[in-house]
Amino acid sequence: MWQGMFSVFVLFGLWQAAGALRVGGIGDIPTPVDVARALVDATQTSRYWSSWAISGERVAIGFLAGTLIGVPVALALGMNRTLRGIVFPVMETLRPVPPLAWVPLSILFWPTLELSIIFVIFLGAFFSVALNVLGGVDAVDPSLLRAARSMGARPRHIFWMIVLPATIPAIVTGMALGMGLTWEIVIAAEMIAGKAGLGYLAWEGFVNGSLVSILVAMVSIGIGGFLSCGLIWVLGQRATPWQRKS
Amino acid sequence: MLQGSPRSETGGALSIRSVGKVYDPGGDHVVALEQFSLEIPSGQFCAVVGPSGCGKTTLLNMLAGFESPTSGEIVMDDEILAGAGKRLAPGADRMVVFQQGALFPWKTVLWNVTCGPVLQGRLSPDRAEADARAMLARVGLEGIEHQYPGELSAGMLRRVEIVRALLIEPKILLLDEPFRALDALTKSVMHECLLELYDLTRKTVFFVTHDLEEAIFLADRVVAMTARPGRIKKMIKVDLPRPRDYRIVSSERFGQLKREAVDAIYDEAKKAFEAGEREFA
Amino acid sequence: MILAAPQTWQMALGFGLFVGIWYLTSAVLKLPRFEKIPDPLGVLIEWLSWNPIYGLSIFTPDYYKHIGYSIYRAFTAFVLAVALGVPLGLFMGWSPLFRRFTFPLVELIRPIPPLAWVPFAILLLPGTEWAVIFVTFIAAFFAMVLNSLLGARSIDPVYFRAAQCLGFRPWDVFIHVVVPGALPFVFTGLQLAMGLSWFALVAGEMIAGRYGLGFMIFEGYSLAQYRNIIIGMGTLGLLGYASSAGVRMLGRRMMIWRERQLGGGAE
Repeated sequence: MWQGMFSVFVLFGLWQAAGALRVGGIGDIPTPVDVARALVDATQTSRYWSSWAISGERVAIGFLAGTLIGVPVALALGMNRTLRGIVFPVMETLRPVPPLAWVPLSILFWPTLELSIIFVIFLGAFFSVALNVLGGVDAVDPSLLRAARSMGARPRHIFWMIVLPATIPAIVTGMALGMGLTWEIVIAAEMIAGKAGLGYLAWEGFVNGSLVSILVAMVSIGIGGFLSCGLIWVLGQRATPWQRKS
Repeated sequence: MLQGSPRSETGGALSIRSVGKVYDPGGDHVVALEQFSLEIPSGQFCAVVGPSGCGKTTLLNMLAGFESPTSGEIVMDDEILAGAGKRLAPGADRMVVFQQGALFPWKTVLWNVTCGPVLQGRLSPDRAEADARAMLARVGLEGIEHQYPGELSAGMLRRVEIVRALLIEPKILLLDEPFRALDALTKSVMHECLLELYDLTRKTVFFVTHDLEEAIFLADRVVAMTARPGRIKKMIKVDLPRPRDYRIVSSERFGQLKREAVDAIYDEAKKAFEAGEREFA
Repeated sequence: MILAAPQTWQMALGFGLFVGIWYLTSAVLKLPRFEKIPDPLGVLIEWLSWNPIYGLSIFTPDYYKHIGYSIYRAFTAFVLAVALGVPLGLFMGWSPLFRRFTFPLVELIRPIPPLAWVPFAILLLPGTEWAVIFVTFIAAFFAMVLNSLLGARSIDPVYFRAAQCLGFRPWDVFIHVVVPGALPFVFTGLQLAMGLSWFALVAGEMIAGRYGLGFMIFEGYSLAQYRNIIIGMGTLGLLGYASSAGVRMLGRRMMIWRERQLGGGAE
């Protein structure tokens, strides 16, 4: 533990020294103290908190929509061979297109900017969740299914008693990965097309040539991503008690 | 090395002096071994049998240098291998054949068996390859040099692993239940194969197992251990003539020795079973 | 559970429905909102045209200029990320002491999304070119470090013990145990990093690029040359797919021992 603290301390120490001594070339970087002070100042303003709220809302809606649609779609594709044969190749074809490449098309299609940003977030979360869950369904131990069939279980029972519970860990993983991706997307989308939010805050710092504001926004974004991913993992552990290590 | 003269001055005499091992002295305080003393002369095949959790693997790990004893010391040819709380790092003089197998799956058989001497710079790659081919052929493994371990059967893997262990010319060979996962038939083939290699090289062998018949068939001496904390329950000198083959199992002397050993170990196995023992380091 | 490959009629039906609905909604019925989306036929004609209306098709040098820039950036960033990230991650996974010192630093910086570095990188690095490459690098770098670290830690300790018994020196252990043992995870990392590179690259090019497919898409939007948006997206999809396939092929080459094992043999 102390080694980690030591390293972090050294990093900040060097950064502070480089800033204070204006070491050639990187002397213009604000020091950690500057950034901390600016961050504290920012928390006094309502604009800072409304940026949080706006980004948070976009992430929440897009992510929830992606999960709520992605999980059932993946389960259906996992259970039905014909459906999968029809839909999955199309999904696989669309998947390599990076989510942010959808931004302009999304803006064209959706009537409001807000909806188009949320749609791109939705796409990112959907693919992450759906592909992980589909992988989870494929990985269900066939001997469990055989055991269930030999005991006379109907497909309906097999789904509710075996496939769904066995897939929960994959759902959690997909959600956590999707959450990470979601934060990436919202930041970029706000920089490309936004008028508010944490990503826009960073962009505004850039437009004003203020490294301090950029760093404040970066730190805030990092905290946001960290907290939301952490939340997913905690909820996920709750949902899968049998995976806990004794 | 294949012509190594029996009982030559290769060393490998082991002296285990009142060794004790306590896990987690502050908390649960599990005594794995207590006042364990054993002398193994150079070139002897010594088998240690005991119920699960009697500390036999712990003992082997201390000999190999993976763990250090809590008390006592272990000496090999006047060199202190381990003392209370300290140990000599593992090295090529004490080669281990692991229970679960430890051939590098990402390397070919040939690389696996020659890497020791070659990386140490003791043999040229060509020389090591020639030695390896000779010894592999001896145990009936020809033409598998360029295969990967994943392509071999369990019995072949064990043979390759023993060949690897002998090719680095250790002073002592440590085997940790090496045939545990094999079926009965493969196991008996492996026993004869191991004995052939032993008769050829006469290294000191320290063999850990829970299979009494295996121990008697292979060893010069069988050390029966008590349930935890592990101590010596009985030493049985196996005076069956060498070279041995599988007919010896049906001999009268074998039966006597086995009865002797079963009597010694049965109570301990029962004790361990009743204590709900699971496998312990 | 279902591991059989899709049948041809199913695939045909799937793609047929997808393209058909797209064409119907955007070109034939011209439904509200959908009418703004370029229709598939128009896009295809433009893409393959000798004389494209909006200046970009497979016969125009500009199209390849965008592709060339994107590939150059993605490739540079990816190679840098692998060259730096893999040794660092392997060493972190191998040496507990080194890990204790460095892992907290990685964890401190990692939650910041790579794309949040864009403005910072533009201001700090000379020219937008390096800013875009830097952002792409960051995205791939952490994937490589973490997967290499996991890979090194996933190696069964028995192999390290065996190496000690065989008299390996530390360097031998690293080359012959850590590197090959971690390879399956490193390979997973390569695939992830490839995907993340393209992901970050597109955003970087949209925000700060002057050429490249991300820029091409964004320009298509701002100049109302909407067909170019779809052409750009399609090209990105193809390139993304091709590079993943390339990484997969490389992985199979690097791990012959695994292929053979999975391919059968005794046990």
